Amino acid sequence: MSNEGVDNGKRRFLTLATTAVGAVGAGFVAVPFLGSWKPSAKAQAAGAPVEVDLSKLEVGQMVKVEYRGKPVFIVKRSDSIIEALKDSKQALKDPESANPEQQPEYVDKAVRSIRPDVMVLVAICTHLGCVPQHKKETEVDWGGGFFCPCHGSRFDLAGRVHEGVPASKNLEVPPYSYITDDKIIIGVDQGVA
Amino acid sequence: MTKMAQLMQWIDDRFPATKVWNEHLAEYYAPKNFNFWYFFGSLALLVLVNQILTGIWLTMNYNPSGEQAYASVEFIMRDVDWGWLLRYMHSTGASAFFVVVYLHMFRGLIYGSFRKPRELVWLFGMIIFVLLMAEAFMGYLLPWGNMSYWGAQVIINLFSAVPYVGAELTEWIRGDYIISGATLNRFFALHVVALPMALLLMVFLHIVALHKVGSNNPDGIEIKKYKDENGIPLDGIPFHPYYTVKDIVGVAGFLFFFCLIIFFAPDMNGFFLEPPNFTPADPLKTPAHIAPVWYFTPFYSILRAVPDQQLGVVAMAVSLIILFFLPWLDRSKVKSIRYKHWSFRVWLALFVVCFVILGYLGMKGPTPMRTLAAQICTVYYFAFFFLMPWWSRWGATKPVPERVTH
Repeated sequence: MSNEGVDNGKRRFLTLATTAVGAVGAGFVAVPFLGSWKPSAKAQAAGAPVEVDLSKLEVGQMVKVEYRGKPVFIVKRSDSIIEALKDSKQALKDPESANPEQQPEYVDKAVRSIRPDVMVLVAICTHLGCVPQHKKETEVDWGGGFFCPCHGSRFDLAGRVHEGVPASKNLEVPPYSYITDDKIIIGVDQGVA
Repeated sequence: MTKMAQLMQWIDDRFPATKVWNEHLAEYYAPKNFNFWYFFGSLALLVLVNQILTGIWLTMNYNPSGEQAYASVEFIMRDVDWGWLLRYMHSTGASAFFVVVYLHMFRGLIYGSFRKPRELVWLFGMIIFVLLMAEAFMGYLLPWGNMSYWGAQVIINLFSAVPYVGAELTEWIRGDYIISGATLNRFFALHVVALPMALLLMVFLHIVALHKVGSNNPDGIEIKKYKDENGIPLDGIPFHPYYTVKDIVGVAGFLFFFCLIIFFAPDMNGFFLEPPNFTPADPLKTPAHIAPVWYFTPFYSILRAVPDQQLGVVAMAVSLIILFFLPWLDRSKVKSIRYKHWSFRVWLALFVVCFVILGYLGMKGPTPMRTLAAQICTVYYFAFFFLMPWWSRWGATKPVPERVTH
């Protein structure tokens, strides 16, 4: 085969153009493969909002409910605890709840709840996802809150992370709202329903 | 010509059977001074075959769904004839794989087997190591015990440290808001189809690259320098039958220990199969103490040693990635520990001590003292690699012989 009279510029252009079109095609083909990994309609439906009745919750008590398969802790805090939270003795990484991803904007930034006495938290450690244990202020010498058994992270009773532990973000407050004075719905933002 | 030779001729005219046999076995010349450390490459191949065979048989009775997975593993253990043996061969094989691969890598470290011209052999090997870690991690989720579940939770959440898209990324990996049957199913697909195929391809490339440049040896010298009139290295012997027979001795020794574990201590006292994994996965209850299986613990310790989440993940990733660069970090004039300056032995011994301590600490819960120990060992781990371009050049080397010694 002779290469005489071959327009190399045209060949290069055609090679490049074919490669480019092929790459775009491969990109489109990748969409269903990557997209199929997202939560399915079934998984999304299982993540529907959850209603919780708080009328029987005592001061200091904690209830555990499931929302989107994750444990959610609801703790009733006493007035003295609420006062202590506003002027914390512990060194905290984010005392003012400055990270907007960790709580909805309608909760109070200091005590991290809608009603000061009712704390609602996703009980998934922000370090690597273990379930922290609820420790009352009388049980431990660091003011009480949540302790992660996996890597030793500590959070206060507003879910704010202590200094010097592996986790760097406060525990997440899920979206929730009050339907009545004593009933909340987790998964529906305040002011939406 | 005999009938057999005629048949061979018929095949050779159509397929390079004899040619490949000769190039890679009968006329592949390996240095004649291989020692104990050279067993582990062929042993890794043996374990790979064990994992593939027992794995195929396990899938015949395993059910990869959130509802059935745990029960189907119990079914294999109790009701399937020989199911317990197949499963213990597979679970013990996973740990054995890491034992032989760590020793295989250590061999490379002491004899400088990754040095020029074997950089690609090392890089393909490192890719195999990373694939193997992924394979082991995904396989560990499949029994759907509580440690499977929470171990996977911890490891997948490492990806939440990625800036901006972390939360979406972990949700995409899980296919759900938590680890669920969706996660189990995709891990099963990757564990039994995708990753084994990738592993086999990389093992093939690892061996092709090795046979291009030839094996290193405990003296760290090139046997191709001195050849006889036929072009055969003077210090080389054909891989088959010499090293195939030698490797069979290694196989016998290996199988002795392998069977000892399978039959007398299949869970290895919690090291190979952890106690919480004998209860089903429970998304609402974390085991009191989460620890990965022993072969991940050195890297896990590095993760925990850093008191910041994102930096911890970065440190763990770097601790693995730095290994890829080993061929370019070692600047010593000689390859083998036999002719390096004595200071190499000190650096290496401390590295082994730190690696073992990190592995031990990774199995234990965190206390302030242990965290401090992990931090010291982590600093040394990085110092060993990052300072290697300097310390490996330091000190006088011993004269390297022209021909191998044995």
